[in-house]
Amino acid sequence: MGKKVSVLEGSMAVAEAVRACNTDVIAAYPISPQTHIVEDLSAFAADGKLHGKYICSDSEFSAASAVYGASAAGGRAYTASSSQGLMLMIEVVYNIAGMRLPVVFTGVNRTVSPPISINNDHQDTMTLRDCGIVQIHAESIQEAYDAHIQAFKIAEDHRVLLPVMICMDGWTLTHSFTPVTIFDDEDIQEFIGGPINPIHCLNPKDEEPISYGVGTDTLLLEYKYQMFEAMKNAETVIEEVAQEYKDKFGFFNGGLVDAYKTEDAEVILLALGSVVSSARVAVDELRAEGQKVGLLKLRSYRPFPTNKIVEYCKNARVLAVLDKAVSIGIGGVVAPEVKAAFANMGATPLIKDYIASGGKYLDVAAIKDIFEDAWCVSKESIKEQEFHFVKLLREYL
Amino acid sequence: MALRVGNVWGPAGSKKLNTGEWRTEDPVVDNDKCVKCKICERYCPEGCIDIEENGCNINMFYCKGCGLCAYECPKEAIKMSISE
Repeated sequence: MGKKVSVLEGSMAVAEAVRACNTDVIAAYPISPQTHIVEDLSAFAADGKLHGKYICSDSEFSAASAVYGASAAGGRAYTASSSQGLMLMIEVVYNIAGMRLPVVFTGVNRTVSPPISINNDHQDTMTLRDCGIVQIHAESIQEAYDAHIQAFKIAEDHRVLLPVMICMDGWTLTHSFTPVTIFDDEDIQEFIGGPINPIHCLNPKDEEPISYGVGTDTLLLEYKYQMFEAMKNAETVIEEVAQEYKDKFGFFNGGLVDAYKTEDAEVILLALGSVVSSARVAVDELRAEGQKVGLLKLRSYRPFPTNKIVEYCKNARVLAVLDKAVSIGIGGVVAPEVKAAFANMGATPLIKDYIASGGKYLDVAAIKDIFEDAWCVSKESIKEQEFHFVKLLREYL
Repeated sequence: MALRVGNVWGPAGSKKLNTGEWRTEDPVVDNDKCVKCKICERYCPEGCIDIEENGCNINMFYCKGCGLCAYECPKEAIKMSISE
């Protein structure tokens, strides 16, 4: 198994992974903090190192539409965006998912305006949660590299055939440098199964050419039902592919979830993305002081791993959900979904929503503060305070 | 101190935003080399360079460290260096 360890910027690790997967079409429009990924891919193209075409699009809507068309024509397609760029792509992503096209995206997490900010949170990718796109959150740069390779295999699996978005925290993961293990192109190609094998595609030479985008008045729910089934299959495929990647390349970052010291935990923190690394340290420090705390990393956000959440958290007294996105009118985005996971299960831990969107700095100390607050939650107190706005600066209200 | 509804600010409100904080590299100017051609002033995406009698003056409160001025200067009077 050929491999090389280099100190790489997170964005370059992602660019390396995407390059090795032999895309047919990449179309992109720059937006911080995704820029380095697409600039690196563009440099590969200029140097003749990129398979297929690289299109410098005039907007994110244009980029998404280009990869949509490329995928519909049977090509392996990729794009990346953040924040306002992802917002501009929304209509097209609904189409890509609904037409069951296996486009791979990088969602470089950045908050959504207003106010204008380049801070990291999960508002942008989570806005796409309803459309049928698979969303996996990477905790580290190595995981982002591994996950992009896995993404093509998951998306193109005939049991899934849905676009897959690898979500990675902007700046923290894209603009920092760590040693990354890169594998040989041939081994990656073998892992993902060679060139794309679509079930059908636009081809005027076909005896019965297909058409995409035809309307219907009677079968809308039926189309959505098929997508529900595909997402259900994705639960299996995500775990399968993660295990196969571990067997072949030796790296594993969890399947749908990764549970850390949850077995006898009284208070569990549920979180996604790079903050999980800091949370692991916080758990270790609190455990050393004798506190029974644990951590559940959600790696797959869509499909939402209901069964895994219940399995690992049902015996905890308190489940603290760290939300880096909001749904104005209900609270955070993930906590209401976690509450729904327990709704019909009988026993449920007390679930408190810790809302920390907009780039509130979540270091080990901040996470320990959250654990401290969660520890004090009781059946009586939770009724008055179901939400906690982390580090809210009340003097500005 | 209170935020206003809709996050509205007073006139020229965006002038308060310290975009210089985003910088990881600083432009360092050698005014002995500067010929005041104003290429850097025109290229700067933030409009924070002023060419005056003494040469090139960069407003570090706004400079995001993009490096375009250093790249475009025909006299190589500007060099990018890692910020403290």
